[in-house]
Amino acid sequence: MRSGSPVYRRGAALALLVVVLIALPSVVPAFFINFVMTQTLMLGLAAATIVFLAKYGGMVSLAQFLLFGVAGFMYGNAALEAGSRGLNLGWHPWAAVAFALAVTTAAAFLLGALASRTTGLYYLMLTLVYAVIGYFVFAQITEISGPSGITSIKRPELLAAPVSLYYTALGLSVLAYLGFRALGRTAFGLALQGMRDDPVRMASLGFNVPLHRTLAFTLGGFVAGLGGLVNVWWNGQIDPASIGIGPTLILLIIAVIGGVSYFEGAWLGAFVYVAMSTYLRDLPLIDRIGITEARFNTVIGAIVLLIMVLSPQGLAGIADRLRRRPTRPRRPAAGSADETEAAIRRAQLIDE
Amino acid sequence: MTATRRRLPVLAAAAVAAAAAVWVLFLATDTPAGTVLDEPGAFVVTALDAVTFAGLLFVAASGFTLIFGLMRTVNMAHGSLFLLAAYVAVGVQQAMVGKTRNIDASEVGIADWLVPMLAGATAAAVVGTVIQQVFLQWNEGQELRQALITLAITVVLADQMLREFGGLAQRMVWPGAVTHFITIFGQRYATTRLFMLGVAVVIGVLLWLWLNRTRLGMVVRAGVDDRQMVRGLGINIRLVFAVVFFAGAFLAGVGGVLGASFAGAAPGTDGAWLLNSLVVVIIGGLGSIKGAAAGSLLYGTVVAFSPAYLPSQYSFYAIILTFGLLALVLAVRPYGLYGRPA
Repeated sequence: MRSGSPVYRRGAALALLVVVLIALPSVVPAFFINFVMTQTLMLGLAAATIVFLAKYGGMVSLAQFLLFGVAGFMYGNAALEAGSRGLNLGWHPWAAVAFALAVTTAAAFLLGALASRTTGLYYLMLTLVYAVIGYFVFAQITEISGPSGITSIKRPELLAAPVSLYYTALGLSVLAYLGFRALGRTAFGLALQGMRDDPVRMASLGFNVPLHRTLAFTLGGFVAGLGGLVNVWWNGQIDPASIGIGPTLILLIIAVIGGVSYFEGAWLGAFVYVAMSTYLRDLPLIDRIGITEARFNTVIGAIVLLIMVLSPQGLAGIADRLRRRPTRPRRPAAGSADETEAAIRRAQLIDE
Repeated sequence: MTATRRRLPVLAAAAVAAAAAVWVLFLATDTPAGTVLDEPGAFVVTALDAVTFAGLLFVAASGFTLIFGLMRTVNMAHGSLFLLAAYVAVGVQQAMVGKTRNIDASEVGIADWLVPMLAGATAAAVVGTVIQQVFLQWNEGQELRQALITLAITVVLADQMLREFGGLAQRMVWPGAVTHFITIFGQRYATTRLFMLGVAVVIGVLLWLWLNRTRLGMVVRAGVDDRQMVRGLGINIRLVFAVVFFAGAFLAGVGGVLGASFAGAAPGTDGAWLLNSLVVVIIGGLGSIKGAAAGSLLYGTVVAFSPAYLPSQYSFYAIILTFGLLALVLAVRPYGLYGRPA
């Protein structure tokens, strides 16, 4: 803790929050824990990888939900002993976990390497294409899934109790939050942020820009895979529609609602999203104004539109701005991506 | 980067293309189509499928790339405009024919197809222009913000179209005058696909004439190269932006009507055609009409040939070849075939 009070305050607030979350299952109904909070934590974990790549690397990735799904599919393929679909390898659950994470990480490395020479908008478009192609891969190749997916997937014995999934998701979320923040101060994280701001200078200083981007994407894929494992344990099944273009956009929307340059925003956005999708229909008078469950996407889309029009930094950004009003405005990662792109174009021109 | 490292991906791409050609010519015996030597008819039909589908891809993607080329706006709502035009055109056609279901091609005159097409495309163009004026005009240059805004609009439009037009697939009917079959190398082939290609070619020619032979087209091309300079010359670039967005959305609409006649329109069509447009422009290079044509041809070829020439038990893997094409092109040129880091 170098400079004092804000850092301490942040640490204390986090510790307090974690204590509250650990104690939560004994005070609130089980539905809230097992449905709302577990979902919030695992979606937040996946959304945090979007924030990680955008904030440090200037890469807005839409492929994170694909990797989230790849881990789930691979676990299902490896862990099931018999079934009409999938590979049915019948491995021990923990071997299946290792297999799922290995495949997810390898896939992330491959996809990341392919995209490592682009940033900004090109990155967004390319990763969207990854996401949709990934959906078709699982929908069409019946050996690993087929259109109706893999069902009755069991979780490891250790996690049999529903609340243990909540604690798993909580533990992974805290680790990811602290890990991503700590990574920002390591040599790797600093180099990555340097490449976001000025890839040409970093390249001329001898840093391998594509390699750093690839490794960052690989790490993001690994963490998204952890979230995907919790998801498949929680759901007990996975099908291609659950990683289609709709859910992919939802994950980006979660990151955007929370604020794409704040790690806290990932979980905040996930909570807002899950709470809305769970409780919106229970609000009084909501039917009168024509918002039923079926029109939920319109509400979500309109909220994102509003946030993007008013403040691209999302809820965490708005909170941050209110808290530190007198100081200088923070620079959002989203804005710097444009400059990154311009800079990398310069790099290519020099290259040629 | 050394010269050899740079040349390696090009050599790899050439090797893959050569291997694919040899496979299709001589080795593809266990496939649905068979080798070219055994089954020349199947090859010609597959090639025609590739070119006609490429025509549709070009119409849809050219609007996307036109908008990006001038304004640097990635219009993620392109697929929604595509689907909206399809629904509107189907509705107008049903009103004109006077039947809502089981319309036979013989009841559809040329006008019963052309008028709905223009109506649908105009609807898409108007909605697109409204989106541009309300949401994209004031934040020009903030590329990522614009992309996210159009993504949110896509989510809203998809939901509203589901409410308005329902979840069932709807189909636009080709005019009876072009609904025939011809025989090529002993294979029957639908003339409607050739008609679709014809429409695409006409659109491509008109687009070329507009961009290369008119004053406005000249301004657009100048704007693609240097927006600041065009502004500095006293040209009202706001108006030019609005016109180009109108044209781009109109092209999405024409694509949507062709697509609805070719394969129907349903929820999900918007996402599929956003993907198709993205793949085409990523391969061809964002902002380049030439690139959109080249990308459409390459992608259309892979889409048509991979199910026909993969061994029968592997036809499901066709989608991997699309990814392979993308990987190959990006390895050689990260900004697409005709894209430039500008």
